[in-house]
Amino acid sequence: MANRYWNEYQKTIADDRYYYERSCIRQTFFPGSETAFLRMMKDELGKDIFDDFRLHTCTGIGYHTDVVPLETTMTVVARIFSLMTERGYENLVPSCITSFGVFTEMIHMWQEHPELLEQTRENLYKACRREFDIPRNVAHPSDLIFKFRHELAGKMKYRLVNRFTGQPLNVVEHIGCHYAKLFPDKGVGKAEFPYVLAGMIEAWGGHVVDYPERRHCCGFGFRQYLIRENRGYSVSNTKKKLESMEPYEPDFIVSNCPGCSMFLDRWQYTIAEMEHKTYDREGYGIPVLTYEEMAGLLLGYDPWELGLQIHQVQSERLLDKIGIPYDPKQKYNSASGKILRAPEKPENLLV
Amino acid sequence: MIEFGFALKQTRSEDLDKTSLERFHRLLELTPSFKRCFQCGNCSATCTARQFTDFSIRRVHTSFRRGEYDGLAEELRKCMLCGKCTLVCPRGVNLRSLIINMREILDEPQKTGKR
Repeated sequence: MANRYWNEYQKTIADDRYYYERSCIRQTFFPGSETAFLRMMKDELGKDIFDDFRLHTCTGIGYHTDVVPLETTMTVVARIFSLMTERGYENLVPSCITSFGVFTEMIHMWQEHPELLEQTRENLYKACRREFDIPRNVAHPSDLIFKFRHELAGKMKYRLVNRFTGQPLNVVEHIGCHYAKLFPDKGVGKAEFPYVLAGMIEAWGGHVVDYPERRHCCGFGFRQYLIRENRGYSVSNTKKKLESMEPYEPDFIVSNCPGCSMFLDRWQYTIAEMEHKTYDREGYGIPVLTYEEMAGLLLGYDPWELGLQIHQVQSERLLDKIGIPYDPKQKYNSASGKILRAPEKPENLLV
Repeated sequence: MIEFGFALKQTRSEDLDKTSLERFHRLLELTPSFKRCFQCGNCSATCTARQFTDFSIRRVHTSFRRGEYDGLAEELRKCMLCGKCTLVCPRGVNLRSLIINMREILDEPQKTGKR
């Protein structure tokens, strides 16, 4: 009986042949994450994943801020599906949680209201003479890494263990709202027991921190940050989470949403400036990683190629704990070998 | 400090690790009829002091119930103890007794280290 109920919390994730949709904001916030994911899928796991240079926005941010009307979003999403259909793929993997939520929502609406699907087909054909099939499977990249977490664990050089103490690292995991809160059955473990990141952490040797505000919003919330005067709501939400996790002394935070990773990281600087408060003992803040960065580090990828230097809270102390080597001189080298100017150091959050 | 153009907001959550409800429970012992309050607000609607000041007896006893005591003693001084609130209360809460007991409890020294 228990197994029958637990089956409802599982998610069907395709085994192979994925069509990858890059994210608008992730390539700016976490420039190494998507490349690292493709490298893992292709080189480590030998999967067929297609990275299409022709792709474009899903309208997610515009849609959720009422700038882009629903009909436009549907047509733009349909165009993305038409590109996938043209390439002969059926399994869509959107890099961004918002895109994942938008695609899931549009497909759901088309299933519930077939007339909207017909209207979208007509709109797309009129606009660009294209036709499309609805994806057979929509999975987030974190779903794929979760699915293959044990295979990846076999290839990893490091584990989520503090090499000085031998104890598992304390890891805070944070799931994006648009991953499992919009359509709970589309997430691993649904909205009640999201296991997608916790499963990775446990499989790779870490300890998942279960703190009171674990499921609280990160503070991203489109309307909370787009207008400057509203950003107090955003930073206050983040502060609530950071205060709640602080007593558990997390070694780092990992998230599968671009907004969560961004704001849990950057607001630590803002709170430090506003209140002279940091949420670790030494004043360096709690590093925030994407799940690709976490997996990439354990697989032995270069931290600077993963883009860790782009984060607000710097990760050298975490790398030392795990025992990952890095070259400080290479930290601000560009891909072309040019040494970039090091960023300014904030007064209250140590770097 | 850097001017961000926005500020942190005070949380509205009730943190029972930092707040003691000891004084609220004492109030319930002294005025048991307060247990029947369902916060309709008739007490505030009929309040004479409310017509001339921003005093709200409903807000005061709601704050007391949550263990948020800051500023309540000063607020309660605005009450003239006319008793109209007691007359209109549909649940029969003895509000005059409630107000007098809140004043007395707020004047008592605290037993625990919590606020």
